[in-house]
Amino acid sequence: MKFTLNGKKVDVKAHPMARLLDVLREECGLTGTKEGCGEGECGACTVLVDGKPVVSCLVPFAQVRGAKVRTIEGVQDPLQKAFVTEGGAQCGICTPGMIMASLHLKSDAPPEEVRAALAGNLCRCTGYTAIYRSIRKRR
Amino acid sequence: MKRESRTRSVGRAVVRKEGREKVTGAARYVDDVRMRGMLHGRTIRSEIACGELRGVRLEFDRAGFTIADHRDIPGRNVVSLIADDQPCLVEREIRHAEEAVVLLAHEDRERLLAARVELDCRTGTAVFDPLISTRSFKDVRIEKGDVERGFAEADLVVEGEYRTGHQEHAYIEPNGVIAVPENGGVVVFGSMQCPYYVHKALTTLLGLPAAKVRVVQTETGGGFGGKEEYPSMIAGHATILALKAKRPVKIVYDRAEDMAATTKRHPSVVRHRTGVRRDGSLTAQRIEVVLDGGAYTTLSPVVLSRAAIHAGGPYRCDHVLIEGRAMFTNTVPNGAFRGFGAPQTQFAGEVQMERIAEALGMDPVELREINALRPGDSTATGQVMRDDCSALDVLRAGVKRSDFRKKRRDWKGTSRGIGLSLFFHGAGFTGAGEVKLASRAALELTETGVRILTGTTEMGQGQRTTHAQIVADAMGIPYDRVEVAPVDTARVPDSGPTVASRTCMIVGGILMECAREMKAKLGKLSPRAYLQKHGPLVVEKQYRHPEDIVWDDVNYKGDAYGTYGWGCEVAEIEVDPDTYEVRPLKLTAVVEIGKAIHPVLAAGQVEGGAAQGVGYALFEDCAVRDGRVANHTLTNYIIPTSVDTPPIDTVILERPYRHGPFGAKGIGELPLDGAAPAIVNALRHTGRDLRAIPATPERIMEAT
Repeated sequence: MKFTLNGKKVDVKAHPMARLLDVLREECGLTGTKEGCGEGECGACTVLVDGKPVVSCLVPFAQVRGAKVRTIEGVQDPLQKAFVTEGGAQCGICTPGMIMASLHLKSDAPPEEVRAALAGNLCRCTGYTAIYRSIRKRR
Repeated sequence: MKRESRTRSVGRAVVRKEGREKVTGAARYVDDVRMRGMLHGRTIRSEIACGELRGVRLEFDRAGFTIADHRDIPGRNVVSLIADDQPCLVEREIRHAEEAVVLLAHEDRERLLAARVELDCRTGTAVFDPLISTRSFKDVRIEKGDVERGFAEADLVVEGEYRTGHQEHAYIEPNGVIAVPENGGVVVFGSMQCPYYVHKALTTLLGLPAAKVRVVQTETGGGFGGKEEYPSMIAGHATILALKAKRPVKIVYDRAEDMAATTKRHPSVVRHRTGVRRDGSLTAQRIEVVLDGGAYTTLSPVVLSRAAIHAGGPYRCDHVLIEGRAMFTNTVPNGAFRGFGAPQTQFAGEVQMERIAEALGMDPVELREINALRPGDSTATGQVMRDDCSALDVLRAGVKRSDFRKKRRDWKGTSRGIGLSLFFHGAGFTGAGEVKLASRAALELTETGVRILTGTTEMGQGQRTTHAQIVADAMGIPYDRVEVAPVDTARVPDSGPTVASRTCMIVGGILMECAREMKAKLGKLSPRAYLQKHGPLVVEKQYRHPEDIVWDDVNYKGDAYGTYGWGCEVAEIEVDPDTYEVRPLKLTAVVEIGKAIHPVLAAGQVEGGAAQGVGYALFEDCAVRDGRVANHTLTNYIIPTSVDTPPIDTVILERPYRHGPFGAKGIGELPLDGAAPAIVNALRHTGRDLRAIPATPERIMEAT
């Protein structure tokens, strides 16, 4: 099945009902996308499909036919450095998903907008405070 | 001067050693590792809380399967820790519903999951209530003065019973390992806090010499105590399968299995009886602590010790009697969780203090000020406080920073409330623990600087960074000349477990001594010149116990810890008058931690710990039915999201600890201790008398 992965056109063979998460990790070898719960609660597996954040554990592969999929491996953004310097990443397991969910946020977004935008991404290490700092310091 | 500032890194937010891979997706966690010929493992569990295994029926086509049970264990069938009472695989007796009975492995996960195994069991009578249970894993008694005399001196006696529930670690990466047969032994890769615990457990289980077992930590996606002792169990399972299959075996739990089968925070029942004079001074504290240990000993004896030692809170009182017991129940064994008993007992103690203030008609801050430990005062174990006792400082800073008194007045009678807690946390192992551990750490000279060799692990807290900062400054070399070796038991010494707020303070202290000796050995030579002239150089040091820290383990008297971190947390909340939901508005956390080696990482510990405390206080409720966690998913076990977590205002105070590297004390656990009592005391301010957490809307409705 053909789709665009991190800017490159690809053709990947997998069961149409396979989870996008498994296809990315196992067929495409992109293990930066993490599984935290497998039921769409934690957001660790967040990727962008046509620019919108989705939890890839709940997306059947067939749904991304012809779509543009972006994973953490396809991101080069000042936000990543800010997650390091501001402490937005501690253990790092939620970080790829958290970054994918944060990419569309502007550094001066109101706190309530940021909190709402990240409400689907669980972090157990930071209390989210340092994640907000990272987003604000994105340069 | 300029040169010196360039080589000083302690106290500065230097570039972290563990950052880049985590933000690019390059960091390799155990589930990201695949090996040629690898099988997947699965665990068949007991499903009944108490009984006897009679037989096992395998109802599937066995082609391609590796199947193992206790008869495949070459050494002793125990998960070696404190008491060696927990089997790795059930032989006959079943003590809880998630015990591993049979292990399966197959290369195809679909077939593996479809395999049906029926267990034939005789069901016994289970015990679920620790207050009814008659089997104790450990009893602790701390006595100071004469508690009856203390009550005789009191004008008023306040009593209360407080309860806390299980708490699930909910690290976002579940437990997982890969075991690979190697040279007649095994190498285990996995997510873990304590590689040498796993190493010890595997040598016992396999009956192999130490050199035949190698344990390598993979990037670890959160631990919080949940990867302290449990990895020894899952590593045992994967190893048994791998040795039988002669192929690598990966076991990574899914969320549901992880939440159902792995350890949790001990539930507690704590009873207080406190004598107090009209002027607010405490005359007597009698405290009974009961912990639910679950079905096996695991770490319950030491969790109970810490719980009991912290039960009196950071207050002076001449007459104290604390009695604790950790009880057997037919539930999943409870174990290590950030705070390790102290959050339970300090929750009880701080709500009790609030009720004492109410009974006296006294301001809750004033009551705490009157009784807070000061230098020269002694704790329940008789430990005399030194200059780095900061109870009053954190309390006053917290009150001022949060504008506590004004909000307390202004919000009275509204749906808003403000409450606080004052707490402390002993840093490092309890009592003689560090002496027994005799941890080691080493430095190895490289062409350009040094490499740190420790068996403690990075799991988000940033130990590679803080250790490198300590070593760089102690040697007087730039921070970027210090590397950190991957944690592999074949390469690094046993630095003790990565627990107990000890990694920066204790292991960092050993590294500091290594660095000083390394510096002396180098003299004026550069690392490269030294290597050319003298060859390789490794400096390894063992923990040296300071002579002025003295503990009597038989009578529970003396210096229970080398030092304490101090904290005051102030919670501001709003209660919905219709739904009884609590919205936390703000949390102010003031901590005194000796020295913040890396200010950003230190703040991260405070914020993250406080947020876990918010969950503990309000949301995190394990529904245990017939000894099993019924809500073992993140859909119905609720941890705080970004919307549930209030803004956290962190203030770090520094009063150097004389034996800590650059004055550092432990920090990891302290911030969790204070959030729950502060929130429940804020609920009291709205007129609701809660004595149990989590303070769910149902409980708040009952208390309204």
